[in-house]
Amino acid sequence: MSKTYYNSEDLRKFGEITEWSEELGNKFFDYYGKVFEEGALSAREKSLIALAVSHVVKCPYCIDAYTKDGLQRGITKEEMMEAIHAGAAIESGATLVHGVQMMNKYKKLSM
Amino acid sequence: MALLKSLKARKSDLSKPENQLAFLNNGIFKEGKLPLFKDKIAETGNFPLKPRKLEILQLNLGYMCNQVCSHCHVDAGPDRKEIMSRETMLQCLDVIRHTKAHTLDLTGGAPEMNPNFRWFVEEASKAGIKDFIVRSNLTIILANKKYHDLPEFFKKYNVHVASSLPFYKREKTDKQRGKGVFNKSIKVLQMLNEVGYAQEGSGLKLDLVYNPAGAFLPANQGGLERDFKKALKEDFNIEFNSLFAITNLPISRFLEYLIASENYEDYMYALVDAYNPAAVQNVMCTNTISVSWDGWLYDCDFNQMLELKVNSKVKHISEYNETLLNNRQIRISQHCYGCTAGAGSSCQGTLD
Repeated sequence: MSKTYYNSEDLRKFGEITEWSEELGNKFFDYYGKVFEEGALSAREKSLIALAVSHVVKCPYCIDAYTKDGLQRGITKEEMMEAIHAGAAIESGATLVHGVQMMNKYKKLSM
Repeated sequence: MALLKSLKARKSDLSKPENQLAFLNNGIFKEGKLPLFKDKIAETGNFPLKPRKLEILQLNLGYMCNQVCSHCHVDAGPDRKEIMSRETMLQCLDVIRHTKAHTLDLTGGAPEMNPNFRWFVEEASKAGIKDFIVRSNLTIILANKKYHDLPEFFKKYNVHVASSLPFYKREKTDKQRGKGVFNKSIKVLQMLNEVGYAQEGSGLKLDLVYNPAGAFLPANQGGLERDFKKALKEDFNIEFNSLFAITNLPISRFLEYLIASENYEDYMYALVDAYNPAAVQNVMCTNTISVSWDGWLYDCDFNQMLELKVNSKVKHISEYNETLLNNRQIRISQHCYGCTAGAGSSCQGTLD
């Protein structure tokens, strides 16, 4: 067994999840593959969205995968960093907007 | 980053082809973690790999180059003195006059640095070859006054120019090929446009060759071509015909980089994962003969650098026989995964 929870070599084994649940695994990978095809959004745009989400969900496998995917597509490091900021801004905004809940509750409880 | 000296000048172990081949045959392949290329192509009945019709004759005019790019599979540089002699060129000309190949492809190093380059182009152009390609690193044209008129020279002999440009932005190009290379490349592309290259109706072809600046594979060639065309037109008013996306093969200086940056295993996994059985039948070794500066024959430029001579009775340009050569078995090793990844790769780009 690996001594760490995350092992970069495990990313290569991602496809193996299908072995223990073939139908669901195949459906997932079909869906995954379809999502990232060229569509109303370009594959390049979707790669940047995936990179931003990878950071928001803090998935090291996804960060490795979509940094490499971005490099392959000629996405610059400036574009990658801006995408991450977009994700981070939403994530911090999601925290801060709850401040309104705190304010509401504070006001309700205060004389 | 760009280097100052070749592996050979640095007396690196990896300058010896046998050490590169030993590395590629050991480790993850010997341990059975990844399949040998031979076994992989056997799955679809493609072993032994045989040539199809010969279409391209590729001549390496020498390993001397004005640049020392960090990914170079030739290990070329100013310190390399291997140059094709006039005698070998005469033997090549004899072959060019009789070959059934429709394309002649001159490469290097920087082929323009061969002192007999212009004479050879003039002579070869008389042979009636349909497509006459010179692979230029572009910067050579600004390296010395004596090369400044090369765009006009190329135009005169209707040479099809295939030039390297790793990216349409300065940073990545200079990291791979050396400081200042991007600006010089842009200037030379503009010079080529000025004499008519890639201009409508001129018939003068200018293609760009893209290879990734790092341990990753090239993305879709069409998408990259779109991005390059848009950026070069908007930023520098440059036009070109097609972009060829080439996968870096794990040999020579690129192998050194993969090992030093601890990317070797991941890169080999990526190549094997991207293996495309459909690409096998169209890999360049099936329609190309590569000739080294000293006249030896190889299945491709990469095999030339690994000193894997053709598996045929005929091994040298002096004894060239197309019929006999076409009956050979192509020599392969694990580096060949680089030509079967994704849409496939070759000196001619994606194998559509």
